[in-house]
Amino acid sequence: MKFEQWDGFEKGDWQSEINVRDFIQRNYTPYEGDATFLAGPTEKTTKLWDEVLELYKKEKASKGGVLDIDTKTISSVNSHEAGYIDKDLEEIVGLQTDAPLKRAIMPYGGIRIVEKACAAYDRKVDDEVEEIFHNYRKTHNDGVFSVYTPDIRAARSAHLLTGLPDGYGRGRIIGDYRRVALYGVDVLIEEKKKDLVILDDDCMTEDVIREREEISEQIKSLNDLKAMASKYGFDISRPASNSKEAVQWLYFGYLGAVKSQDGAAMSLGRTSTFLDIYFERDLENGTITEEEVQEIMDHFVMKLRLVRFLRTPEYNELFSGDPVWVTESIGGMGIDGRTLVTKNSFRILHTLENLGPAPEPNLTVLWSVNLPDGFKRYTTDLSIKTSSIQYESDDLMRITLGDDYGIACCVSPMKIGKQMQFFGARANLAKTLLYAINGGRDEMSGKQITPKFAPITSEYLDYDEVMEKFNQMMDYVAKIYIKALNAIHYMHDKYCYEAIEMALHDKDIIRTMACGIAGLSVVADSLSAIKYAKVKVIRDETGLATDYEIEGDFPKFGNDDERVDSIAVDIVKTFMNKLRRYPTYRNSKHTLSILTITSNVVYGKATGNTPDGRRMGAPFGPGANPLHGRDVNGALAVMNSIAKLPFDYAEDGISYTFSITPKTLGKDEDTRITNLVNMLDGYFKQTGHHINVNVFDRSLLIDAMEHPENYPQLTIRVSGYAVNFTKLTREQQLDVINRTIHERI
Amino acid sequence: MEEEKDLRYYAKVHSIETFGAVDGPGIRFVLFLQGCHLQCKYCHNRDTWDMKEGKYQSVDDIYNMILKYKNYITPNGGVTVSGGEPLLQVKFLIELFTKLKKKKIHTCIDTSGMVALTDDIKHLLTLTDLVLLDIKHIDSEKCKDLVGFDNKLELAFAKYLSENNIPIWIRQVLVPGYTDDEKDLRKLKDFISTLNTVEKVEILPYHSIGKYKWTKLGLKYDLDNIKDATSDDVKRAKAILGIS
Repeated sequence: MKFEQWDGFEKGDWQSEINVRDFIQRNYTPYEGDATFLAGPTEKTTKLWDEVLELYKKEKASKGGVLDIDTKTISSVNSHEAGYIDKDLEEIVGLQTDAPLKRAIMPYGGIRIVEKACAAYDRKVDDEVEEIFHNYRKTHNDGVFSVYTPDIRAARSAHLLTGLPDGYGRGRIIGDYRRVALYGVDVLIEEKKKDLVILDDDCMTEDVIREREEISEQIKSLNDLKAMASKYGFDISRPASNSKEAVQWLYFGYLGAVKSQDGAAMSLGRTSTFLDIYFERDLENGTITEEEVQEIMDHFVMKLRLVRFLRTPEYNELFSGDPVWVTESIGGMGIDGRTLVTKNSFRILHTLENLGPAPEPNLTVLWSVNLPDGFKRYTTDLSIKTSSIQYESDDLMRITLGDDYGIACCVSPMKIGKQMQFFGARANLAKTLLYAINGGRDEMSGKQITPKFAPITSEYLDYDEVMEKFNQMMDYVAKIYIKALNAIHYMHDKYCYEAIEMALHDKDIIRTMACGIAGLSVVADSLSAIKYAKVKVIRDETGLATDYEIEGDFPKFGNDDERVDSIAVDIVKTFMNKLRRYPTYRNSKHTLSILTITSNVVYGKATGNTPDGRRMGAPFGPGANPLHGRDVNGALAVMNSIAKLPFDYAEDGISYTFSITPKTLGKDEDTRITNLVNMLDGYFKQTGHHINVNVFDRSLLIDAMEHPENYPQLTIRVSGYAVNFTKLTREQQLDVINRTIHERI
Repeated sequence: MEEEKDLRYYAKVHSIETFGAVDGPGIRFVLFLQGCHLQCKYCHNRDTWDMKEGKYQSVDDIYNMILKYKNYITPNGGVTVSGGEPLLQVKFLIELFTKLKKKKIHTCIDTSGMVALTDDIKHLLTLTDLVLLDIKHIDSEKCKDLVGFDNKLELAFAKYLSENNIPIWIRQVLVPGYTDDEKDLRKLKDFISTLNTVEKVEILPYHSIGKYKWTKLGLKYDLDNIKDATSDDVKRAKAILGIS
């Protein structure tokens, strides 16, 4: 391949095959300086952002926070006419529909969900669309429920398995959107055609048929992508010729994805250092200034902040605040020892200052102890000021994933363009433990949910007996969990295939079956109470254990106490090993996450009293967090406890949400930055995987709850993503406020 | 009640804070020891006074616990022992600090300095990298009223630190109506200027958040009518002391 658009780039393998990593490694310029080179917002940026803020206001004032819905057009890569915020001001263009914040319908996941969502905002789906999807076109949701077995249905309705993507898009697939900019779409189509030739063999097996069909879909979607871009006046069949085009091309790729899929997490990948190569070339040629570069990045990020999906109120309860998880992974180190931090890593973070804080894009710093000091200090400074950044251990992930992976959603790492996951939400392990005690009867309804196991009948719980039964119940849950996920992903591939995202992947990819658990700290503390204190069972007249009395004290997770931390570690390993016993759809690799997002509130609501003294309905700790109020030895003890959870058994991520008051972090700004840098270095040296960093006073949140109008951009980190605080439900706001905020008085 | 243990190898511990960022430089592992002989009217940790309370923990256990935080505290932090009055458990501290110094961990004591300069104390100070010295009151009479002891011992302690080249951070709790008199603050400034090893002077504004601990113990809180020191109060005091 040879293109004039590549002039000035270092040559390499990337020119003879699709190989973005090779292009980056040969061409990028590591940056080890500080933030002083950054430029503020241009007049154009400020003006455009003010218009967006006005739109936000209108959106917030609309019913359910939904400004408008296009109820007629079935959304796809090329479904809508071009849309603009203010055409003359926009450096980067492209909207999901023909107007900003107007939401699209995507009924391939399930028509009922779309109808329900429209109804919640006083709208109705177009008759013709309803007619088609009720009578002629089967959806993912229909597919799943046509094969679900009674045991899965029971586990699902009892909240033993929760949040399964059987009624909404699974998401968590990252297209390599950089390919659009580097190669142009025509090259990508040609490469896909070559894959079809490879798949033209003697045997037309089921696998070959499926793959050929998928690649045909991918090629079609790439053609659609070109057509969509041409509506905005761009020809993306060829490579991008300068930095502004590179951003625009890349964004079109992403836009194609969010026009055709409303997956739970639609992440961006690892784009800023890639784009830096184009900016550096233009800066060197003198065709662009730093102000103009920042303007392009600001406008790009503005677009990412406008992505919206149509959700039902139930969905919002699980994942509140309208998240999209436009996760962008920033920084990290190359395997050759050079840092992957570039000036553009600073610029994308700088949008938090130029445009003010916001939950999207989900800015994720890949932390290494070897990151340049200037970058470490800049990003922690922004964390302290905005509470909008999350950190994940590059030192841990680079070992198995190399240096061109990105985070999907919150904590799920995957090699860009070479790996995808089948998102599996999570199993409620706290409920699993209660089922072990009750022989599979639900502690709240009394119904028999699993096949009848022998319940525990003794007055006091015996650790060994509980463990034996808990093991059996985990076996059962692992089994139906994998059954459910296999059904879900078979149907998603069949009825709601992510053609454009997969078009930006290699032919042969790694697939993971990403299982998850909720309630880890509740289970660990419960087992610790049973082992180290005495736990008496309170049963109702039917023999159902409904409450527990604890006599004596017991070690609690989150205090760096080996006695209970080792229990938590064992549970993770045990459950993971149980999952591994069951074969998965498309031979995907089993993985596990310890992540709840905001659903720790909902799961807690559906779970009865637990043997650790947690009351019925009370929220779980989010992700891998200790139950709030139980950690008494300070922040580092919590970090050490969580860092013990083995990443090898939870490769889909271990989420920790950390909050501290500014004064507790240090007496002055400079000290706070230094302390946070050292804290993160320490945590990741202890092999922690992920941390959300919040720096605020509890009083600020209480005031924001009472006077939301004063805090339009107040952003906080919850489990794995950032959210506009005033968009949370009151219940969730209270959960955040009641959570441990590390404080020294 | 717990059996009494050898206070050379055991400490009476009130609590620990694994992340301390306001008691010395960098990230500090803070060990709060139980027991205090002063009776500061404004004490916000009233529950640390009684030596009969607290939990025995061995030198080895505490030392091993601290090592678990080495990754966080080694860059520019260390260990701070606070209380209570940590110097009441000097023998234990000698054992602990000897071990910590072998690992090159920065050691710091947060004290009132209201103790006699015994050989043990002098030995401990050779193992101490920094002393946070809480000057209770520069005026001896007022000191006695506020904390139950006059200030002779602590001023002598400060001089000893200075003469022996041990870095000091002076701390002054600013209690409105008690320690904020301009004359006293000037006197404090003069005293500090006689010391050679003062690296920092900190004003800690009085707050009533610790009051509930007195109430919980069924005790009368003398400063009921005293308001918290405001940031303006702190500014004024700093101006008088000539610090930023």
